[in-house]
Amino acid sequence: MTRRLVIDPVTRIEGHGKVTIQLDEANRVAGARLHVVEFRGFEKFIQGHPYWEAPVLLQRVCGICFVSHHLAGAKALDDIVGVGHASGQQITPTAEKIRRFGHYAQQLQSHVAAYFFLTAPEMLFGVDAAPEKRNVLGLVEADPEFVRRVVALRKWGQEAIVSVLGKRMHGISSVPGGVNDHLGPEARDRLLHGADGLIGLETVIAYAQEALELFYAYHDKERALIDGFAEVPALNMCLVDEGGNVDYYHGRLRIVDKNKNVVDEFDYHDYLDKFSEATEDWSYMKFPYLKALGREAGSVRVGPLARANVTRSYEDATPLAKAALERFHDYTGGKANDMTLHTNWARAIEILHSAEQLRNLLADPDLQGSNLVRSPSKSDWTGEGVGVVEAPRGTLLHHYGADRDGKVTFANLIVATTHNNTVINRTVKAVADAFLSERELITEGMMNAVEFGIRAYDPCLSCATHAIGQMPLVVSVFDADGTLVDERLRG
Amino acid sequence: MSVYLTIDGKTIEAAPGATLIDVAADNGVYIPSLCYMRGKPCLGTCRVCSVKVNGNLMAACTVKVAAGMEVAVDDAEAADFRNALVEINFSEGNHNCPSCEKSGRCELQAVGYELGMVASRFPYRFAKRSREDAARHFFLERDRCIFCQRCVEFVRDEETGRKIFSIDARGWKAEIVIDVALADRMTGERAAEVAEMCPVGCIIEKGRGYDDPIGKRKYEIKSLRQRVLDGETA
Repeated sequence: MTRRLVIDPVTRIEGHGKVTIQLDEANRVAGARLHVVEFRGFEKFIQGHPYWEAPVLLQRVCGICFVSHHLAGAKALDDIVGVGHASGQQITPTAEKIRRFGHYAQQLQSHVAAYFFLTAPEMLFGVDAAPEKRNVLGLVEADPEFVRRVVALRKWGQEAIVSVLGKRMHGISSVPGGVNDHLGPEARDRLLHGADGLIGLETVIAYAQEALELFYAYHDKERALIDGFAEVPALNMCLVDEGGNVDYYHGRLRIVDKNKNVVDEFDYHDYLDKFSEATEDWSYMKFPYLKALGREAGSVRVGPLARANVTRSYEDATPLAKAALERFHDYTGGKANDMTLHTNWARAIEILHSAEQLRNLLADPDLQGSNLVRSPSKSDWTGEGVGVVEAPRGTLLHHYGADRDGKVTFANLIVATTHNNTVINRTVKAVADAFLSERELITEGMMNAVEFGIRAYDPCLSCATHAIGQMPLVVSVFDADGTLVDERLRG
Repeated sequence: MSVYLTIDGKTIEAAPGATLIDVAADNGVYIPSLCYMRGKPCLGTCRVCSVKVNGNLMAACTVKVAAGMEVAVDDAEAADFRNALVEINFSEGNHNCPSCEKSGRCELQAVGYELGMVASRFPYRFAKRSREDAARHFFLERDRCIFCQRCVEFVRDEETGRKIFSIDARGWKAEIVIDVALADRMTGERAAEVAEMCPVGCIIEKGRGYDDPIGKRKYEIKSLRQRVLDGETA
């Protein structure tokens, strides 16, 4: 008799989804799928609103990476009013650096939340540790000082966001053609030197290095598990600067293969010419792929692992992160790294990279500049805009159209988790093959391994389907007759 | 010659015929309102300034002070009535402050904060009124209109004196409408004044969006209460 396993909901992710694993009569994995079972409709209900509301409304698709949504939308608005990159223009240096500052601050706090609160329990206690221990409360019990440092680190990121966006969540900084405020010297000094209840920047960098040390220690202890866990092939994509290295705010989209050869590189405004999206009747999340290569070969990975694979080197001004990335590259000897759990390594490197970039920006007097907005003339109006940024989870795209009266006529969002859809499904299959195949008894720890693989991508299913997400995922196992054999439900 | 009245038991001297809501403000007593604009004729539409005058609930913007008048602002029944009227406004329209361009300089929002409003006691109606974008300077977000009639009474075509805004239909079908031809004769500066006059985010300027940073918006710099007590328009 064949069996079907269900994990529902998958936990410690953003949004609601479930996993189903089909076992054949010999208990071999015949199929594995991540189903995203929520739907929201942000792209529809923004229609008819004034165009300048789009980045403010649409950032509410996510409570974690809202700055990325705000900035992708802001870049699209720059295009719409005619001062964006599509028209060959640039916003002012102060405006661009303020946007970058908010973006890096969010990357820091988002990665810290994902890395420490969602992933560290397995790193410290093991994939098959007792569920009551394998969570953030378990971390508090085991090492309260460690958790205090994590909270302080994340708080610093949140406070940095407040300093330019006005609120910890869903603030407002960008307006068409620029930003609405600069960073005052008092706010700058508070972030640099700390204050009552707030660590200073040097402590931020020290704690960020601890994140890396945590991964190194885990890697030394569990090398076989980490390196052998769901090694899944995929192309890697991210925004790159003129030197071909990641630029989280702006650049061209570069895609590299296993040998780090550039498969394609293009202006993101051309994404519709390059990408197509497949749909499946078992998930609300689409499957984007490069048209030229087809769905199987043309699916890309985005996010920390992809960015580390595409990037050749970080800038000299971020020496600690640069050295960490060199060690990461050396590990695979020049090849792209397809090891799913190494995404956590790449994420730890990016925590440090963000901290060093923030330090450099805080030393830049442009942040205190007063030239905030570039005002277009009416003849510059284009009525259409595309904005792409590298969100913490990967490449994020907003595309809007507006009529001459200023009403949004259409909107399209392609978020990082959507780009990763095929790769996450490959990961689920690989983990299921390794942990569940040909086992008579399926343990909770085996099921958690599937979730651990998914969590490496820090997926945000709420963003990916633009759906009302409040519950995490589900893993189910079914037999060949469709009978539910085992299931994990949370919530 | 002055008259003497009491507000919450305190004897106050005022000029006869002065408007009660102004007299209260001049003596440090804040009475909320959504339609009244100091220095302009009383509209008396929102009733949010209701207080007890000699034991009867009356809108303070409609009352001229008189000798011996006993006014109760700090009165449980009057306060509950004012709160209920503000809550009705939130329930009747669609007021989503977090994404509204007027947030931080919206009088409805500011009054809600002043009254300590947390939620409306009334069911939300989820009004579905169409947007209007035909005028050169304005977007009308009709879902946010509270029918204060400031725009109806105080905005006129400078040349002809004709009204530019009006209310069409009655009851739950009522909605604000705009004479586009007359509205398009306005200068940009006048249009900005008109949008500012709207106590909510119904009349908004085309192309203006979120220019004021959070923390530096009108009522974050100086509260609505303090503005009223300082004798400002709002």
